[in-house]
Amino acid sequence: MNFSNFLLMRHEILLLAITLLLLVGEIFIHKNKKGSLVHLAIFLFGIHTAVGFLQIEESSLFGGMFRTNNMIHFFKNVLNIGVFILLLQSAEWLQEKIVNQDRGTEFFILLFSSLLGMYFMISSGDFLMFYIGLELSTLPVAALAAFETSKRISSESGIKLILSAALASGVSLFGISMLYATSGSIYFNEIVEVISASNLTVLGFFLFFAGLAFKISLVPFHFWTADVYEGAPISVASYLSVISKGAAVFILMILMFTIFKPLMHVWENMVYVVAIATMFIGNLFALRQQNMKRFLAFSSIAQAGFILLGLITGTQLGVATIVYFVLIYIFSNLAAFGVVQAISLKTGKENMDDYNGLYRTNPNLSLVMMLALFSLAGIPPVAGFFGKFFLFTAAASKGYYLLVFLAVVNVTISLYYYLLVIRAMFIRKNENPIPFFKNKLYMRLGLLITVVGILVLGLYSPLYDYIYELSSFLN
Amino acid sequence: MTFFVISKVFRIKNMDILSLFVTVPVLTILALVFTKGLKQARIVSMVGSLIQLGMAINLVFAYFKERAINDSIMVFTKNVVWFEQFNIHYAIGVDGISVALLLLTAIVVLAGVFISWKMTDLPKEFFISLLVLSTGVYGFFISIDLFTMFVFYEIAVIPMYLLIGIWGTGPKEYSAMKLTLMLMGASAVLLVGVLGIYFNSNADGGALTFNILEIAQVNIPFEAQKLFFPLTFIGFAVLGALFPFHTWSPDGHASAPTAVSMLHAGVLMKLGGYGVFRVAMYLLPEGAMHWDWFFIILAATGVIYGAFGAIKQKDLKYINAYSSVSHLGMVLFALLMLNKTAWNGAILQSLSHGFMTALFFALIGMIYGRTHTRDITKLGGLLKVIPFISAIYVIAGLASLGLPGFSGFIAEMNIFVGAFQNEGMFYRIATIISVSAIVVTAVYILRVVGIMLMGPVKNEAFLNLPTVTWYEKTGILLLLIPIVAMGVAPLWLSDMILDSLQPFIQRVL
Repeated sequence: MNFSNFLLMRHEILLLAITLLLLVGEIFIHKNKKGSLVHLAIFLFGIHTAVGFLQIEESSLFGGMFRTNNMIHFFKNVLNIGVFILLLQSAEWLQEKIVNQDRGTEFFILLFSSLLGMYFMISSGDFLMFYIGLELSTLPVAALAAFETSKRISSESGIKLILSAALASGVSLFGISMLYATSGSIYFNEIVEVISASNLTVLGFFLFFAGLAFKISLVPFHFWTADVYEGAPISVASYLSVISKGAAVFILMILMFTIFKPLMHVWENMVYVVAIATMFIGNLFALRQQNMKRFLAFSSIAQAGFILLGLITGTQLGVATIVYFVLIYIFSNLAAFGVVQAISLKTGKENMDDYNGLYRTNPNLSLVMMLALFSLAGIPPVAGFFGKFFLFTAAASKGYYLLVFLAVVNVTISLYYYLLVIRAMFIRKNENPIPFFKNKLYMRLGLLITVVGILVLGLYSPLYDYIYELSSFLN
Repeated sequence: MTFFVISKVFRIKNMDILSLFVTVPVLTILALVFTKGLKQARIVSMVGSLIQLGMAINLVFAYFKERAINDSIMVFTKNVVWFEQFNIHYAIGVDGISVALLLLTAIVVLAGVFISWKMTDLPKEFFISLLVLSTGVYGFFISIDLFTMFVFYEIAVIPMYLLIGIWGTGPKEYSAMKLTLMLMGASAVLLVGVLGIYFNSNADGGALTFNILEIAQVNIPFEAQKLFFPLTFIGFAVLGALFPFHTWSPDGHASAPTAVSMLHAGVLMKLGGYGVFRVAMYLLPEGAMHWDWFFIILAATGVIYGAFGAIKQKDLKYINAYSSVSHLGMVLFALLMLNKTAWNGAILQSLSHGFMTALFFALIGMIYGRTHTRDITKLGGLLKVIPFISAIYVIAGLASLGLPGFSGFIAEMNIFVGAFQNEGMFYRIATIISVSAIVVTAVYILRVVGIMLMGPVKNEAFLNLPTVTWYEKTGILLLLIPIVAMGVAPLWLSDMILDSLQPFIQRVL
């Protein structure tokens, strides 16, 4: 083990360094200039994101506990970009509400260690590392959800999250122990050689799946979602729905397509049922939501259902379409959450009715929101359409036409509630509309990046080709 | 002069002639983003649409020239790889049918811009949405790749929501939502059909492809055709107001602003018939044979139902919307009759109905703008107070009921001559039922003319209605000229269409 080996953990080490640097940095920042901590954090994380794009070798560390390859590397970069946008969008909130109360460092430590957990989870080569990563990624978020200590609903959401998360990871751990019992190993590359569809293994797999399904908020493990999103600060809700979900999808996909591939005939049917249930329940509950955060919560449940259409294939095509979809979903959802955050910060309004007549006063924000919703609904030429179309193609390639049909029915249902928001912004009139306001630079930058992503990611086909190439790690 | 210059410019690089149909509206939209106020917005959109019309006219001539030396199915083709993994290409090309429909689109869009000359509420946004819609339509007609086609189809549909919702009248939120959901729902069904075709396009051992021309060489297994034909057919035909999926159409048209009704009934609904023909029937011929009877029943029902629906309505826009259901039902009916004459009639009917219904909606918009009512029982004696509009209304009405000398006659003549060529009791009965709709058409047209235009002036306020403005006249003339031209000299158009029917005849019959 020499120094160059540690470079494989570049993401992790750098992020840890940033976290520590911020901790120390706070001491040197003058009391009246606490806000500059946010600048520092964004600057450092920006560098971290940029450095992440450097090439990396394919290898493993610690006797196979930690592994990395181009695909995993790409996942981490995707998460980095998401968190970077998220930081830009929440900069103003942090400066006004958090840093002034001397809690800025805590926020960054919690956020970054959760991200660190996700890195380890994605990179894990055995169930031990996986479980440590899972816990590390979940527990800090519970603290973050309860971060607005002045609001009771925020503490409530923190409690809800930590209780459900503890249960979920407990169940997952139970499943892992059964897998260990049947295969005699916790290393992925050893398990894959001995795994067979014995009853105990299948039960273990189901329990393990439940733990991750909770993070992705698949039905029936979705109950926490809307309540937690509603109570948590918007940045945290956004983080939960985008970054946390993305990371869980990545690792679930990797594990199901590699070590659980021999059980495919079992989990195919399960994924089929869960996909249908998740799409329908997410969409039907979203129909009547008034609070924008709850609305986006149910919409993100439904989106998770669509992801399962790629998961059911178990092929390279499936991997590529899922990664592509998640990437686009990150941009679209961050754009939507960004607008909600901007409006909530300036006016404190979070209900759909408050958005009535928004276009007449704040045309730019409305347009960003419209693009984001069109992308989530899957309307061309914005990126979301391509993501969904390819997912459906992947499912159809295995002959799941009925599933695709049910999915497109759901696309139509989802279009209805996305159009409700557009109706509020563009069509409805309002006696007392949200007044015109200008966003600060960071917020505008954060929204701009998402808009560019939404417009370009779909039309620019080399990106998909690149992802498809990366997906070959399966073979 | 403009046309001449444009044609000179574009003749130089004939191969890009089609991509311009999409790029010009996109550039116009970009220019519109930087405009301020109504005056700038309408000038920019007018110039953009005028260029588009020039290109469309030029395309007709270029097409005839190209056809003389090139006898491939599609001309001016261009093929750029887009998503390599899925074999998705940006593939474009035209035959006579699409050229004719492109011309229709260009004319109706320009007329629509003229009719919206006084759009005061959010003018920039209005024209942008209108042009987004037209971009989708142009793109749809030039696509020969199913994926590209599908993308453009959805681009054409979605602006309708904002166009009706923001600038509409009456229960606009309801109508806009209903229209969008039904059409997007249809496109969702279509998506399954398209994927079904795609994954069967390697039936003869080739690669999977979305390219229509390549799929047309493949014998897709009968089982797959049987399964995916109805999905593809319904997916498109909902846009063509297939009974019983037509319900979005009357509400949508009644609530939409004038130019949008024109564009929608005149152009957007033609996407349905075109898609049914080019995709569902052309690619899945055995499926078409298998399901023929079922959809003939629906189409014939639509024809007669729409006609009777129009009789009962009092709102001018509803009357015209139901008449569209009837006329477009005839298009689907003719397509399903599976013979050359009927097909020719179907395409002529698409064009003729496009011009006529756009003209109707334009006139209705003008009448409504002046009298502030569309209820025919409250109108009367309009011929005395606004003679120009009323006279044109009569002409459009006569064209619509199929008077010789106008476009409607040629189209319906072809349809029914073709339909009667089919042997068998079932076809005969269906044809007789559909033909009888012509009589009903005469009833509802003449009823409106009688109540609304003739007789004494019912309302004192109508005595000093403003006269027709230059932009309204321009819009009307743009639409009237083709109606008469098609009726008087249909042969050049028929030539263009009949030529292009050849590949369909080979594949389907």
